[in-house]
Amino acid sequence: MSDTVTVSSRAVAPPGLAELRRVAIVPALNEEHALPQVIDELRAFDPGMDIVVVDDGSLDRTAEVAEAKGARVLRLPFNLGIGGAVQTGFRFAFENGYDIAVRVDGDGQHDPSQLARVVEPVLRGDADIAVGSRFAADEAGYRSSRTRRVGIRLLAWVVSRIVGQRVTDTTSGFQVLNREGIALFAHDYPHDYPEVEATVMVFRHRLRLCEVPVSMRERGGGRSSITALRSIYYMVKVLLAIFVGMFRRNVVPQEDSR
Amino acid sequence: MTPLAVSIAGAIASFTLVLVVFELIRSRRLRERYALLWIATGLTLTALSAWRDGLNTIAGWVGVRGYPPAVLFAVGILFILAVLLHYSTVISRLSDQNVVLAQRLALLEEQLRDGVSRR
Repeated sequence: MSDTVTVSSRAVAPPGLAELRRVAIVPALNEEHALPQVIDELRAFDPGMDIVVVDDGSLDRTAEVAEAKGARVLRLPFNLGIGGAVQTGFRFAFENGYDIAVRVDGDGQHDPSQLARVVEPVLRGDADIAVGSRFAADEAGYRSSRTRRVGIRLLAWVVSRIVGQRVTDTTSGFQVLNREGIALFAHDYPHDYPEVEATVMVFRHRLRLCEVPVSMRERGGGRSSITALRSIYYMVKVLLAIFVGMFRRNVVPQEDSR
Repeated sequence: MTPLAVSIAGAIASFTLVLVVFELIRSRRLRERYALLWIATGLTLTALSAWRDGLNTIAGWVGVRGYPPAVLFAVGILFILAVLLHYSTVISRLSDQNVVLAQRLALLEEQLRDGVSRR
């Protein structure tokens, strides 16, 4: 584990972060190629941040690669899907008393050097959850299939109407959460295609969400978990979930409830 | 033509199904992914019951001459078959996962006992 402290000149963790217990949650499915760089970049951003890789039943050497880089690895016995995998990380963060959790995908599309901007509003206490959005500023640079973009836009529009705040990127998994956010997601997190429902959930539990403009990179390896036919199914499922969710009473989870 | 009473009873019954499914999702006793087929069932049967001309037309297409509501039964049975088949795949996956869980638990317990006895 000699390479665990590779501090580059890009270490730009904002002041104030160092006093907090902080963890990076990295869900990964067959990402042995992209993962090492993601871990290095997280260390470069903040060497004092613990890194937890949630291996969602990978068939390649994802877990070994992560362990070799000195990350803690939670190996799921079989594939749970992104929602179940990420929630494992949130439970870990909750039960180990972390103050701040950063969620970064294992495929390398989230650039940890942009974390400073996303962490900011949470550190200042202005938000419980900050989300890196590809569309918050009209910074182009995000390339994706047309159907996918239309889907993302449509969901953003629906969610914005429901929560009464402009939300531009409801499918972003680039997030920073404080203790309240961690507690909420540790206790209740949607499955399959979780970010959209989670966004609505955050508002219904009266937590504060804010978006921070970021640019995302091309995937470093692995395959996207979303194919064309599935996106239609997800779309219907997510809209149903959001609709039904509006008729639920929501209780803010307490620290000591399990 | 379908008797009016049959249409009304059919529509009420199938819409009740939709409402029950909705309530089950709301109270978190049914996951959305397993509810989609049920909702499709309920909405289709509601539509076919309420839209009486449509039911007649479809009955004509499939050669049902005497009693159009038979189509309601046929469609209902088809949906039930679909739901059952879907559940069979779900149960198969669950039992596979259950095996993996039991195996992992056995390995974990062995490691734990091993650790205790060596202390």
